[in-house]
Amino acid sequence: MRETISFKLNDKPTRLTLDGERMLLWALRSELSLTGTKFGCGEGCCGVCTVLVNNEAVRSCQFPVKDVKGKEVITIEGLANNGNFHPLQKAFIKHNALQCGFCTPGMILNAYSLLLKNPQPTHKEILQGMEENLCRCASYARIVMAIKTAAKEMKRGGNR
Amino acid sequence: MKKDDYMDLDFSDIEAHFPLDRREFIKLFGGGIVILVSLTDAEALLQQRRRRFRPELPEDFNAFLRIGEDGRVSCFTGKVELGQGIITSLAQMLADELEVSLDSVDMVMGDTDLCPWDMGTFGSMSTRFFGPPLREAAAKARAVLMELAAEHLQTPLSKLKAKDGVIFDKTQNKNQVTYAQLTKGKKIAKKLERKATLKPLSEFTIIGKPVSRTDAAEKVTGKAVFAGDIRLPGMLYARILRPPSHGAKIKSVDTSAAEKIKEVRVVKDEDFIAVLHKHPDEAEKALSKVKAQYDLPEAKVDDKTIFDHLLKVAPERETVAQGGNLQTGEKLSAHIVEETYLNSYVAHAPTETHTAIAKIEGNKATVWASTQRPFGAKEEVAEALGFPSKDVRIIPPFVGGGFGGKNQNRQAVEAARLAKLTGKPVQVAWTRAEEFFYDTFRPAAVVKIKSGIKDTGKIFLWDYTVYFAGERGSQQFYDIPHHRTASTGGGWRGTPGSHPFGTGAWRAPSNNTNTFARESQIDIMALRAGIDPLEFRLKNLKDKRMIGVLTTAAEKFGWTKSKAGNGRGYGISLGIDSGTYVAHMAEVEVDKKGAVQVKRVVCAQDMGLVINPEGAKMQMEGCITMGLGYALTEEIRFKGGEIFDLNFDTYEIPRFSWLPKIETVLIDAKDSPHQGGGEPAIICMGAVVANAIYDAVGARLFQLPMTPERIRAEMP
Repeated sequence: MRETISFKLNDKPTRLTLDGERMLLWALRSELSLTGTKFGCGEGCCGVCTVLVNNEAVRSCQFPVKDVKGKEVITIEGLANNGNFHPLQKAFIKHNALQCGFCTPGMILNAYSLLLKNPQPTHKEILQGMEENLCRCASYARIVMAIKTAAKEMKRGGNR
Repeated sequence: MKKDDYMDLDFSDIEAHFPLDRREFIKLFGGGIVILVSLTDAEALLQQRRRRFRPELPEDFNAFLRIGEDGRVSCFTGKVELGQGIITSLAQMLADELEVSLDSVDMVMGDTDLCPWDMGTFGSMSTRFFGPPLREAAAKARAVLMELAAEHLQTPLSKLKAKDGVIFDKTQNKNQVTYAQLTKGKKIAKKLERKATLKPLSEFTIIGKPVSRTDAAEKVTGKAVFAGDIRLPGMLYARILRPPSHGAKIKSVDTSAAEKIKEVRVVKDEDFIAVLHKHPDEAEKALSKVKAQYDLPEAKVDDKTIFDHLLKVAPERETVAQGGNLQTGEKLSAHIVEETYLNSYVAHAPTETHTAIAKIEGNKATVWASTQRPFGAKEEVAEALGFPSKDVRIIPPFVGGGFGGKNQNRQAVEAARLAKLTGKPVQVAWTRAEEFFYDTFRPAAVVKIKSGIKDTGKIFLWDYTVYFAGERGSQQFYDIPHHRTASTGGGWRGTPGSHPFGTGAWRAPSNNTNTFARESQIDIMALRAGIDPLEFRLKNLKDKRMIGVLTTAAEKFGWTKSKAGNGRGYGISLGIDSGTYVAHMAEVEVDKKGAVQVKRVVCAQDMGLVINPEGAKMQMEGCITMGLGYALTEEIRFKGGEIFDLNFDTYEIPRFSWLPKIETVLIDAKDSPHQGGGEPAIICMGAVVANAIYDAVGARLFQLPMTPERIRAEMP
């Protein structure tokens, strides 16, 4: 059923008129041309489509767009603040925590949600919190380092 | 470039295609080209004809680089960036030889209208084989620029020096000219009359330095463009009807329900049936309304019977290497070890599925495709459309992983056909199920080895046959007087009727299978001889580079003869791939249920001159972690042409919790040529884990992956 859905997207009020049962991923990628959010498996198994809804990491390929009504959505395009990279983005660059880069937006947003809930995670908590995000290039070791670095930076007040 | 090396590699699955016409290339650049090496037409023709029979890179350095009026340097390569990091390391090579800063280099990769012809991005060849001609082109360009500067500044060459794109008089710094000033708005036909000399090691300022990825900023902000991110006006997304199994024939199809959906287009071209919509999810929904019936072929093999089947259909084996006399070797051996090793089909499973967008305007087709083989895609698309290949342009944006799987360009052909059939730009992005279904898996394979040792622990016999994996990495490198290595099964693509679906090159093809078998067998012999596996290997090795990586790894790991105990064990594996030597050591923990946690992996790698040590280490870490998948869980379950693993819920690839502590060491070998880095460190992962599992719980595994079930079955 077509409906108008209003929500906040990367700090900007946004209105979409579409079938609310469609998945957020496609609303972002094909209605709004925000292509930083990727399609990976279509079944919520890989995490490359991860975005934040009210600061909670969700799988946008499994998340009906009607459920963002009145909420705040953050995609990778909205993470930098006035052109300043978020500490996680800086840390991913610093540690070369990526190869092909296709899983990177989802990794960063999932890590962001993790750090919001648990600002100083242990090594084990990082592994647990990131477990459902897959990286076929297998840059996991560097992603863990990047999350640790970002956690320290955010503690010092480098939050967005 | 050592062309013989290039041709010796097994690229039998890669068709040769024609290179870019030199005149076409020049035409494309028009006024933008700054320096043209003057070749007569006859010379150019000759060159081109040679290339048609034996493709090689152009000799004109303008094919590799261009200096813009703003001083920025474009580097053209037919290679693509898949994550392996050549976007950085090739730029390092160009920048150092040309004497420009690294951040002034822009990489133009894989665009078939702009870049020199290339066979494909696979085989860890970019640094090995594209690197030398790229460096040479940059050195030639620098030499020509120096000559131009000498004229411009009225200063003898001997007084001039180039740095950061500026040529200056060493005795009088103000007397200087930039590359951009020299080349601006000019077409200069200047041929270098002497041979350009590459920089000596001592003068490198960028090569050999650890450099961060130059594409990282784009990739952490979502700005990096992958094929599926291209948006064209009027573009339609296609979903294509797929059979339930390989070999299935369509009997009937009913598209009427899909046709009734608003804004949906249905296209039928014989068996090729697609639904299109301006949104991909709507196209998907419409496809689910298409009803089709198929004739299914009889399923003759499954993932359990495949090995017997392969042995049955294997053609006569061919000798890869031999020496001495096998009968003599057997007579001289006190112990004979005869074993068979198996590995299952493994998927590439890149994070980005095969994706392409095709646009046809007039008689020109442009296809943005996630591909490892853009020049191959160009020919395939041209053939499918009935276009001359000069009218097809392939542009590969960033590619979201390949590992050999994106050597196949089926999706590019599909998008092009649909663009032609609909008259609209069309995107084809495979679902995960399509990605698994049409993957060209790493083949199931068998290795049989009969080997013998004397009581002294010296190996005297090695009789080795690999079935269906291919011969890369099959040759043993131990000092064995009586040996034979044979291969059968037509390489990784198999022979007709051998595999029930497509197989192909998978990161370090053949070598993962061969190294697992060889290094497991070595450990079994060490045990039989009652000698520590490290000592046993050292006793049987003469190759200095191999001894070098092995002793380096042992030192870093702190190898000890004593067993770890408590379900923990240590393993070793050695191998050679793409000219690079690797030695791995691992510590694992195995619980009573047979579940394995790899705790620590040390890898020492000798890859000759290292262009970017940071990039090399990233590849080593990636190889080690990715390799845990085929070692422990990755296996395609199937019956006939029906594939049962179609997503990551059942096909388990490595995750964060698997992560061992990884330590990598690069051997200082600057004086030897740069070798491959994208694949070598993955080849040891089967055997290093297998040997450590044996050390931990006494279970010897002869089949990959080493699942808990298989480990339990072998536990004493």
